[in-house]
Amino acid sequence: MASPEPVVDTSPHVSDEVRKTTCYMCACRCGINVHLKEDADGQKRVAYIEGNRDHPVNKGVLCAKGSAGIMQVNAPSRLRAPLRRVGPRGSGEFVEISWDEALKTATEWLAPLREKAPEKLAFFTGRDQSQSFTSLWAQAFGTPNYAAHGGFCSVNMAAAGIYTMGGAFWEFGQPDWDHAKLFLLFGVAEDHDSNPIKMGIGKLKKRGAKVVGINPIRTGYNAVADDWYGITPGTDGLLILSLIHCLMKAGRVDLPYLAQFTNASCIVNEDPSSPQHGLLLRDEQGKPQVVDGRTGRLAAWDAAGVEPDLGATYRHGGVTHRPVFHLMADRYLDPAYAPEAVAERTGISADRIRQLAAEIARAAFDTPLEIDRPWIDFRGKTHDKMIGRPVAMHAMRGISAHSNGFQTARALHTLQILIGAVETPGGMRFKPPYPKPSTAHPKPHCKVTPGHPLNGPHLGYPQGPEDLCLSDTGGPARIDKAFSWENPLSAHGLMHMVISNAHAGDPYRIDTLFLYMANMSWNSSMNTSGTMKMLTDTDPVSGDYVIPRIIYSDAYSSEMVAYADLILPDTTYLERHDCISLLDRPICEADAAADAIRWPVIEPDRDVRGFQSVLCDLGGRLGLPGFVAEDGSAKYADYADYITNHIRRPGIGPLAGWRKDKDGKDQSGRGTANPDQLRRYIDNGGFWSEHVPDGAAYYKPFNRAYQDWAVKLGFYDSPQPYIFQLYSEPLRRFQMAGQGKGTHLPPDHLAERLASTMDPLPIWYPPFEDSSVDTRDFPIHALTQRPMAMYHSWGSQNAWLRQIHGMNPLYVSSRIWNDKGFSDGDWARVTSAHGEITVPAVEMAALNDHTVWTWNAIGKRRGAWALDPAAPEATKGFLLNHLIHELLPPKGDGMRWTNSDPITGQAAWFDLRVRIERCDPPAASQPAHAPIQSPVPAAPKSLRWKVGK
Amino acid sequence: MTALPPTTDRKLGLVIDLDTCVGCHACVVACKGWNTENYGAPLSDQDAYGGAPSGTFLNRVHSYEVRPTTGTAKLVHFPKSCLHCDDAPCVTVCPTGASYKRSADGIVLVNEDACIGCGLCAWACPYGAREMDADAGVMKKCTLCVDRIYNENLPEVDREPACVRTCPAGARHFGDFADPDSNVSRLTEERGGFDLMPELGTKPVNKYLPPRERDRSEDIDILAPYLEPVTEDANGFLGWLERTLSKLPGGR
Repeated sequence: MASPEPVVDTSPHVSDEVRKTTCYMCACRCGINVHLKEDADGQKRVAYIEGNRDHPVNKGVLCAKGSAGIMQVNAPSRLRAPLRRVGPRGSGEFVEISWDEALKTATEWLAPLREKAPEKLAFFTGRDQSQSFTSLWAQAFGTPNYAAHGGFCSVNMAAAGIYTMGGAFWEFGQPDWDHAKLFLLFGVAEDHDSNPIKMGIGKLKKRGAKVVGINPIRTGYNAVADDWYGITPGTDGLLILSLIHCLMKAGRVDLPYLAQFTNASCIVNEDPSSPQHGLLLRDEQGKPQVVDGRTGRLAAWDAAGVEPDLGATYRHGGVTHRPVFHLMADRYLDPAYAPEAVAERTGISADRIRQLAAEIARAAFDTPLEIDRPWIDFRGKTHDKMIGRPVAMHAMRGISAHSNGFQTARALHTLQILIGAVETPGGMRFKPPYPKPSTAHPKPHCKVTPGHPLNGPHLGYPQGPEDLCLSDTGGPARIDKAFSWENPLSAHGLMHMVISNAHAGDPYRIDTLFLYMANMSWNSSMNTSGTMKMLTDTDPVSGDYVIPRIIYSDAYSSEMVAYADLILPDTTYLERHDCISLLDRPICEADAAADAIRWPVIEPDRDVRGFQSVLCDLGGRLGLPGFVAEDGSAKYADYADYITNHIRRPGIGPLAGWRKDKDGKDQSGRGTANPDQLRRYIDNGGFWSEHVPDGAAYYKPFNRAYQDWAVKLGFYDSPQPYIFQLYSEPLRRFQMAGQGKGTHLPPDHLAERLASTMDPLPIWYPPFEDSSVDTRDFPIHALTQRPMAMYHSWGSQNAWLRQIHGMNPLYVSSRIWNDKGFSDGDWARVTSAHGEITVPAVEMAALNDHTVWTWNAIGKRRGAWALDPAAPEATKGFLLNHLIHELLPPKGDGMRWTNSDPITGQAAWFDLRVRIERCDPPAASQPAHAPIQSPVPAAPKSLRWKVGK
Repeated sequence: MTALPPTTDRKLGLVIDLDTCVGCHACVVACKGWNTENYGAPLSDQDAYGGAPSGTFLNRVHSYEVRPTTGTAKLVHFPKSCLHCDDAPCVTVCPTGASYKRSADGIVLVNEDACIGCGLCAWACPYGAREMDADAGVMKKCTLCVDRIYNENLPEVDREPACVRTCPAGARHFGDFADPDSNVSRLTEERGGFDLMPELGTKPVNKYLPPRERDRSEDIDILAPYLEPVTEDANGFLGWLERTLSKLPGGR
């Protein structure tokens, strides 16, 4: 007989209060319910964090990072007060100071720069989710030297998407999870965006759609892929162009879509004697011309009723001018792109390439998806249904972290567009306020006037050489050389080059480096050891540091803290205000515009302040226009005040929800500031959203209903219909400059490279490292990615997450493992042209034969993050960064070329080539840097985190 | 020795879809969070910031490679927690009656007040699903969130285990296997759900759904026609284009 069962309280009290805010454990920005309980001391503390079911991003689910936020908020690595450096740079010796002293010091350093030489301030923000605010501050200060982390992350993806189709993956667009029948996922990395992609894969699986992974590494999403192509790193573009070859050759392309909604039908000026050679033929108003199928005559691309003819040519002045589509046929039908021609290089057999191409053709054209929803295009033509090609594609940053990444991402978009699978049912869909073509974005600005703001926004999309940011002598105007001839379309700047260039005094020296949430002395820099040296080097004459002053803001004791002179301690994400704004990268979904806030759901228990509030204060002290009230005091009391009251353009502020119309009634999108706006957001769960009207759900760039809705909400001030730019004129303009045509010409040493890489139609070329090292000496590709449970999260000192990923072995393909005689327990010595590391190794079979990889940013420096010096992150963890230099090895031409994409400047992390040999385990991973002194007290030994009475 | 109920009215448990699980560990940490704050002693962590961190988890994801002799290697993510077995050896081995299986719903629980921390149950469990909490000295295990699934302080929609509520890919399902029409029974039926190590005779309640067949080579005879060239002559492509455009609605 069983004894009586114990009585279990199945309805315990869950929490005293639930506060809803936005997660910041990665870049995904999910809605979270933070459960609070009152402790015996009367303080409300976080008891539990779960996903918000009403939230447009995550709809209730939450990843490992999100649930572990509770351990981020109680982390022992949290900085406690402003710090002033007292020991040598890099030692970690600080004293705690008051905010008054900290802000006075910063003001004393910065005010003279603003008066005399604002460019001497370089202000770069890392994992910043407030770029529309930080950039405004930098603009008001007057320095041209501002950007966030996109340059070392994935600007290739963003810029290629914007230039090609007015939007990219990630924050800009998403697969049509509800309709896709075939899903192709390209590139290394396990996220972006974290929860939506997992939810989407779940949806595809439920409907029986096929998931295909194209990735050298079969982890994460590729592990659940129904089919896997273990491609050789750096060759995605070549594979994609071969798929394009197969599909074009078989006529499996969407001709009506190409004719109507892309510039495939625009006529190219093919007169070699014309200064416009290779650009699109234009009328007097500057509008690209198509042949109107109704009349056979030229017409503006967007004229009412025009039916662009994809095949017609135009003869003028003895020259036949052809549409873009003919040029594409010339190029991509070439046998150089046949599967047999690319098989060896890509590591994918010709049969398998054909299989993939045929599966795309079958899914796209055998069973087109038709939604009975009439819509009207910008030419006034009514379409009685929405026709879709249910092949969705998505890419991770792996395909873009190469020196050929921009053209590779463009090739991928070209493939999507050729089959008519962008902004159509079952394909890829943009998220408002995207689509937005490159021409609707600002151009970059760099004109410095001491004591005054910069002449416009720093970052933008150049349309040609005249838009570059150059000095009077033609050299780079920016410290990172963004928008220079070296990398003309560097839309996100080049954060990874700032320290190197400032140290070299090339193009000039700076005075103060001001960084936010960017671990530049560790995992966010190439050549980590070299970067530490640059940060600590002194000028032999003056004895000063070569980079004289460094101000850093972070919430945690990261590796970068030790290298700063003044620390402005930030709050954790549950202690602060933020706005995830439509002016920046909002949280919209394809079917809804949305934005969100963070608000202090708990109060800090330390002397710390939200960084954005500190900038409001500093802006007031420095007298920056836009940050000072009429009486000379700070205009904004704090960031919350800015979020509520800042007006960017008439009627447009940081948040779109609950603005006021002229009668004082609530209005979305446009309207005057509402003093109760943040309260309304809080009452609504921390976000605002408005559904895209059904008739505007697809064909957004071409759809009148969408354009009108976008104007109503304030994304732009007049309808901005456009067609996809398969043929990129901005690229052609730079190519022409490289060919010596026009009035803005590059320096001689860059001309040939511009001419060859700035091709207006997607091309593939081998990653630059392949030609700068001997690939026989360095035959192996080495890659990194962050694990899902840590992707984009700030630090891995989280007590729960570090038990999942506390160290990172080097995963070695079975082929290399066997060839080199590895056995379990061995370590590997890995050598590149630049450096050497010795690290633990593990065999992996589901991996491209010629590749090794590891989890990135698990390795930590001893003394950082309040970890014990014996922590596996420091003893077995490691960074591949030591093997990667920000410059390519010398070529003997007297120049040092950057290890970046020549078009955007994106850091070419994944071009890395290495060789590898087995070795016995050393005491710890090599190189092992000396410990830094921790600016925070030692962490507790054990945890029993239970709150409430 | 503790007795098992001869039958249970309901058989509550989980279906875990190995075709969909991407190995993200969301379930692991949501479980850790809820159960640290709720049922019984908190799930503690030793050496939390040190050289050998070790904490109590009721649910863990194991990832391992399948390396077939021919064909492509695969990575499988395998979440594992208590399977709430009908013939639970962890219950019958318990000397104090602390481990028990509820007759109403089949959930296997530890009454921490009666647990002496002897660890016999963890030894008896063939799945390694129990963990001794080093701080509290009591045995911890999956409760199927017994303090969520009936909790009247939670909205009805949230009355499911924390791991199920949080799973981003929707790979985890909760329900009553005694009801043939329940979501979990139907999924098990439709997808060939299987028991973990059935030969042990523990009769686990939780089921796993197998991964769909991966890396299937499509029949090239079926696929080849999709890539049939429109013309063998490279210059003939424009001729094809001309002919095709003229046939389109509204074509010339």
